[in-house]
Amino acid sequence: MSLENNTSLIDEEIIRKDESKGLHNLIYVKDLSLWHGKQQTLKNVELNIRDKGITVLLGPSGCGKTTLLKTFNRLTDLDPDIKTTGSIFFEDKDILTKNIDVYALRQKMGLLSQRPHPLPGTISDNIRYALKLKGIKSKVEQDDRIEYYIKKVALWDEVKDRLKYSANSLSIGQQQRLCLARGLAIEPRVILADEPTSALDPISSRKIEEQFQELSKEFAIVLVTHILRQAKRLADYTAFMYYGEVVEKGKPSDLFENPKTEIFKDYLQVGH
Amino acid sequence: MNSRKYLVEKIVKIILLIFTIFIVFVLLSIFYGIFKKGLPALNWEIISQVPKGGYYFGKEGGILNAIVGSLYLAIGASLIALVISIPAAFFIHTYLFSYPKWQKRVRLWLDVLWGIPPIVYGAFAFNFMLFMGWPSSLLAAMITVALLISPVMIRSMDESLQHNSKGLFESALSLGFFKGEIGFKFLFKQSLPGITTAFLLALGKGLGDTASVLFTAGFTDYIPESITEPAATLPLAIFFQLSSPIPEVKERAYAAAIVLTIIILVISILSRVLSKRFSKNRIK
Repeated sequence: MSLENNTSLIDEEIIRKDESKGLHNLIYVKDLSLWHGKQQTLKNVELNIRDKGITVLLGPSGCGKTTLLKTFNRLTDLDPDIKTTGSIFFEDKDILTKNIDVYALRQKMGLLSQRPHPLPGTISDNIRYALKLKGIKSKVEQDDRIEYYIKKVALWDEVKDRLKYSANSLSIGQQQRLCLARGLAIEPRVILADEPTSALDPISSRKIEEQFQELSKEFAIVLVTHILRQAKRLADYTAFMYYGEVVEKGKPSDLFENPKTEIFKDYLQVGH
Repeated sequence: MNSRKYLVEKIVKIILLIFTIFIVFVLLSIFYGIFKKGLPALNWEIISQVPKGGYYFGKEGGILNAIVGSLYLAIGASLIALVISIPAAFFIHTYLFSYPKWQKRVRLWLDVLWGIPPIVYGAFAFNFMLFMGWPSSLLAAMITVALLISPVMIRSMDESLQHNSKGLFESALSLGFFKGEIGFKFLFKQSLPGITTAFLLALGKGLGDTASVLFTAGFTDYIPESITEPAATLPLAIFFQLSSPIPEVKERAYAAAIVLTIIILVISILSRVLSKRFSKNRIK
């Protein structure tokens, strides 16, 4: 675990620099290293996540993108073998310290996983669980919001007549959008997406991508992908990772046009 | 050499078929034996009355005491086992989630427990009862049988949760649920078919097990009115009647066996139907 919860140390300098450029950052990853047993999965990661917009973590499988994503909502806590050093600052707090309320943190960082995992229950139940977590008790208000969130992910027309059906009855693509709606219903600030289209067919993938572009106006989205074209389509900011290190980062326009390292050049070439 | 392949294929098929037919045949011949010997003695009197004075010499009465005793015992034991098993199964899948080694150890331990013969449970419970000075009673038998069936109940819920539980668990955690909440809210729904099957399996086991109730439940000709009284059970009723030299009493033993078999058959069918019904909201 990390050192102290010393917010004054962070980067008032960096924040000022960014804000002068018109950028607002929401998450600052400072010198983050992560060990899984004896194996080091993340090496001195430095990264800023923009407040609105899509930050893409790009890289080959096994490069540590997903692990980095899971440190953001502390799902890494589940593995007692994982040790971290460094800090992740979010809303003026180092979220890697022990005295952080992880449940509140996870509600601010909605996670969309590789495969959709609806919870057992009906389609509307799935959103209702999230609403109940937020303390919304009135049935009428719950129903209103269920409609609102399902509309928000453009699923309403497909499911409005079968809200009482099991979430299991949906196709995988629909399930993924339902999980997105469920994630939105807990009113997060950040959406963490771990290769959210990898299990989906092209049409469903495109729907999710369109959702993301729309949602990036309201939320900070961190998208993990190994698909170069997806990164190019969606990224407002990109970090290329390789074996646990952030090798290159920057605006897509700079990054994809002028790769600096050989590794990234190779990756761009193979990806085409 | 294709013709050889065809020949070997045929032989293998026949061998597999023979063994399958053999085991089905065994089952059918048990049924046949019970029904042939028991049916003549099976009548309304035998299932609606408790034994009268001369019952064990072939006179009037029935085995209602054993039917009711067995049902009480099995239902009570299964309920106690359920109370023990649900939290244990959820614990394996929530708080032990981060410790796969311990999950494996617990599973191994449960499987070992399940392998301990019922008579050992019975003897252990009997010794404990002697030590505490408790007489044989329905409650003692319920607890003994509950302990006997808990391991398999936990494992059967555990198996029903194996599939998909990691993703479900992680996505519920990311919504901000805490682990125990996930257990009782979602894993419960997810394992409902498993819980139903496990419960009914346990019920069948509770009805059929003889050795563990031999010392613990005792035997009586009356229907127990409280859980502190001893109770008769069907397997023991069968055992006592079968060891009688009087042919009529022996026949009644088979009639009792028919009753027991039918009850267990109904439970098995019920468990299939219910577990299918409860899988409706299960995430596959």
